[in-house]
Amino acid sequence: MRHDHLISAAQLSRADIEAVLDRAAEIDDDPATVRERHAGTVLALCFFEPSTRTKMSFDTAMKRLGGETIDMGSVESSSVKKGESLADTVRVIEGYADAMVLRHPSEGSAKMASEFVGVPLVNAGDGAGQHPSQTLLDLYTIRENAGLDDITVGIMGDLKYGRTVHSLSMALTNFDVRQHFVSPESLRLPRSVRYDLHEAGAQVREHEELAGILPELDVLYVTRIQRERFPDEREYREVAGEYQIDPETLDEAKESLTVMHPLPRVDEIDPAVDETPHAQYFEQAHNGVPVRMALLDALLSGGERR
Amino acid sequence: MSDHELRVSKIRNGTVIDHVAAGQALNVLTILGIDGSGGESVSVGMNVPSGRLGRKDIVKVEDRELSPSEVDVLSLIAPEATINIVRDYEVVEKNRVERPERVVGVLSCPNHNCITNGDEPVASKFTVLPDGLRCEYCGTFIRESFAGHIDGSRSA
Ligand SMILES: [Zn+2]
Repeated sequence: MRHDHLISAAQLSRADIEAVLDRAAEIDDDPATVRERHAGTVLALCFFEPSTRTKMSFDTAMKRLGGETIDMGSVESSSVKKGESLADTVRVIEGYADAMVLRHPSEGSAKMASEFVGVPLVNAGDGAGQHPSQTLLDLYTIRENAGLDDITVGIMGDLKYGRTVHSLSMALTNFDVRQHFVSPESLRLPRSVRYDLHEAGAQVREHEELAGILPELDVLYVTRIQRERFPDEREYREVAGEYQIDPETLDEAKESLTVMHPLPRVDEIDPAVDETPHAQYFEQAHNGVPVRMALLDALLSGGERR
Repeated sequence: MSDHELRVSKIRNGTVIDHVAAGQALNVLTILGIDGSGGESVSVGMNVPSGRLGRKDIVKVEDRELSPSEVDVLSLIAPEATINIVRDYEVVEKNRVERPERVVGVLSCPNHNCITNGDEPVASKFTVLPDGLRCEYCGTFIRESFAGHIDGSRSA
């Protein structure tokens, strides 16, 4: 990868994506080949909002590459509470680490932080913005199950605030993928994302119901509709129920349909679906480690494969 | 505006911003950070008849020459504006505004959750697109009513 930082999926070319996924597959096959590759390297995990899984996944990835991790502790106990700017925080932490992972509640935070640091920085979620390392593991999972060309992908749920959706849909424009978006009217893709997809020449359609397009799908990517997006509980219930998947829902689907979810789920996928061959979301989560190993390897090696 | 009117309201040194869309004069002052506190003498004409625009606004700022970047920013709310630089009662330069490629530090992002609206040492940056502006940090669009996003707290 030619970039110093990974801020947005929009900066990833098809070649970048394939290089990371190929490397992840090599690592997945034989993790021993990279065991001490980054010994002595320190990765800073800067999580300004809690995300146990993403944080643990990067933590594990770095340690499996032979390196170490440091983190800020909880936000409550850190200097953030004392009013220090993000710009100052990352400039201080830069002195401790060879690379950084940033999760922050504000959109654009990773881009801004990257302007203040000289070590590689990975955006692990900036508010409702982007989450490109999640996208790489999503793409890895899609490639393993359906391939990445000549496929039809449905993305369903909270498309407005879902940063994993924003990153994934953008990255998919590098491939021959038909994208269908399924959401309530109030949670449609934001205008800025629709604009980017249009500019990228994506084949995109938007729907309020899954039923009409389900039989065409090779992949169904489900996201959680968050209760706090709705003014009252009843309104949430009315909407949320429409976007729940159970084995009966999937009767109409292709036998080969892959169902994915960035997790955690609440009730949008019935646990009974777990037992069907469609379910790939736990596999998808596991893929986070080899994919993040490959990503960190690329960023820490400055694009040079030794 | 006739030659007669122009003569009547002549200024000695400064800038005359002419052909501002009707109703935008005060936004022009805001975008330039002119609120009178700098001691400039400012006169504003609103809804003045105009051959080209029907109705227009006109802004005259004494003892202040606009910089090229200030002129660029004006193009966003006053695309038809002409900028006359006056020295010793003579118009020494007459320029049309041009759309800039980006606007830095003038507008605030309409996305309240954008990092540029936090307490960070970073200026807002917008890319100018054919049909609007786009925040370079969070990607949010401003399509219409630029004036509503002018950062009034910016010092002149
Ligand atoms: Zn913004």
